Formats: sequence, C-alpha cells, structure tokens
Amino acid sequence: MGLESNLPDIPVLTTTVERVVQWARRSAIWPVTFGLACCAIEMMAMSCGRYDIARFGAEVFRGSPRQADLMIVAGRLSRKMAPALRRIYDQMPEPKWVISMGACASIGGVFDNYAIVQGVDQIVPVDVYVPGCPPRPESLIYGIVQLQRKIDQQKIA
Amino acid sequence: MDANGIAEVLAAALPGVAVEVAPTVDLQSTLYIESEHLLSVLQALRDRAELKFEVLAEMTAVDYWPREPRFEVIYLLISVENRLRLRLKVRLPGNDPHVGTATGLWSSANWLEREIWDMFGIAFDGHPDPRRLLMPEDWEGHPARKDYPVQIRKKPESGSPTQLTAEEFRANLLKDRLVRK
Repeated sequence: MGLESNLPDIPVLTTTVERVVQWARRSAIWPVTFGLACCAIEMMAMSCGRYDIARFGAEVFRGSPRQADLMIVAGRLSRKMAPALRRIYDQMPEPKWVISMGACASIGGVFDNYAIVQGVDQIVPVDVYVPGCPPRPESLIYGIVQLQRKIDQQKIA
Repeated sequence: MDANGIAEVLAAALPGVAVEVAPTVDLQSTLYIESEHLLSVLQALRDRAELKFEVLAEMTAVDYWPREPRFEVIYLLISVENRLRLRLKVRLPGNDPHVGTATGLWSSANWLEREIWDMFGIAFDGHPDPRRLLMPEDWEGHPARKDYPVQIRKKPESGSPTQLTAEEFRANLLKDRLVRK
C-alpha cells in the first residue's frame, strides 16, 4: 500500500533528537494574531479555506502570545504601537520567530513619515521578510515554508 | 436661514460682537468671529431659540503658515430643530495660539479639542483633560503643523520588558486574587 508496507519487521525508525525536535517545531507553527492593516486581510485569506495554511501546519492562530511561536507582523506599525508589539513579542515563549509581512512592516512602505516605524526589525528580530503591497496569500505561504526550512536547520543545542 | 440671517440673530443677541460673513463656494453658511468672543457666541448659537445649534458635529483646525494670523479653528454646528448648518471660524495667531474650550457647551468637544491640541498645538483654556489624543503622550511637537518635518530620523521607542522584584510579583498576584473573588 503506502510507506508502511516497506517497514522492516520491527516497526522502529532511528533518528536524532535534534531532527525530531526540528520536525516538531516546524510542523506546528502557531502564529499569534497581529494584524495591523490591509495585510491582515491577506493573512486571514491565507488561513481560510481557499489557501488553507493548515496544509503546512500553521493554521492555529492564537489570541494569546503565551501559546504562539510565530508573530506575523501584518501591516504598518506606528510608533505608538511599537511598545505594544515589543511587549507581545516578549510575552511569547521561546523558541519564537517573526515574519515581517509586506512593504510597510519591512521598510515602512509608502508611509515614509514620522508616525510609522520604518521597518519592524528596529523593534523585534525578523526571520523572514515577505515583500508585496499587500503580499498575496501565496507569498505569505511561501514565506512560512521558508521559515519552516530555516527552523529545520536550527541547532537545538 | 442663511449666513446673513444667523449673523443678524447674533448681532441682536450680542451687541458689540463683530460677526463677519465669509464668502463660500459650497453654499454652507460660514462666519468668522473674534477669538475673545468665541464662548459667548457659541453659547448664543446653542441657546437662542431661533438657532438652537445643539450638535457640535466636528471641530478642526487649519495651519496657513507662513500667513499671519496663522491658524484657524473651525466649528461645524448642526441645528436639528431649525434644520441649520453653520461653519464657524476663529483666526488665531501663530505665537501661542489659544482659545476657550467648548467642552462646557458640547461634551463632544472634549476629544476634538484634544486632537487639535495634539496635531496643531492650539491650547484650549479650561479644558478638563488637556492630554494628547493620537500621538504618544511623550511626543515632541505637533505633526499637522506645516513646519513639522514629514520624516524624523529617530529610533522608535519600543519600551523595555517589565522587570519586577519578587515582592512586586507577589503583591500583583495577591491583588489579582482579591479582584477575582
């Protein structure tokens, strides 16, 4: 039938702890909801039926940072909002990752003015930047897959 | 009743107050008044039976920098009873602009005046809660002024993680338990 028909007589696979941890971490990324602007609409579309991020194990959006591994900063971040974003990030348990979604979150976008933070990497460390204005859900899915690859290569020790 | 009619009612109610009817392109009644008479004029607009402007729909300001007088504060008033609308303007100087608060007449003026203070730096004397509304409370400057820069090269404030001592942590915990009971 499938893979299981090729298993050896003793149904055991050997691997390393690191490999299993990496696999577990990347296969169930729970994002914290942090929609700030129109990018959040695309982020919601990504999590809904048509694009279905559940296929990649990252669909469980959490309202609480205590239960989340990933923060998708979706939209422009105002200077007034910046302390709140940092606080949410600090409340997330390790290990944690950040995706900067869209032009505004990455470099300020069209909002080249005093009120908007010109790149959220001034506030939190960013792992993956997703370009676009706003990025289509496919772009964000690609960003999440890139993040999964990154997690797959992170040493746990 | 058009702008001239409103100006006549005001002139009858408040002798000695200069009311200037301004030309407009949009047929909305527009009046200019002197800032020192603002509160008595607003009071008359709200309370006179012929006017009854009981709604302060919007307040805003314009910066005509470098013209002098530099600022104009604009009150948009609605009279439901008499089906009237009025745009009332006050000119203010660029140096230390301030005007009396309308919060005693319409409570909707509270946040509108806070926004104007925040964005233009126009002070409202006697305001009950003169804090900024939109920008962070420790912000410097008033961004909607024409001489304010569009971009400021300044590192954003991100705050720092809250550091609690063990005693503070226990006190917080105790307080939380007392609230939940």
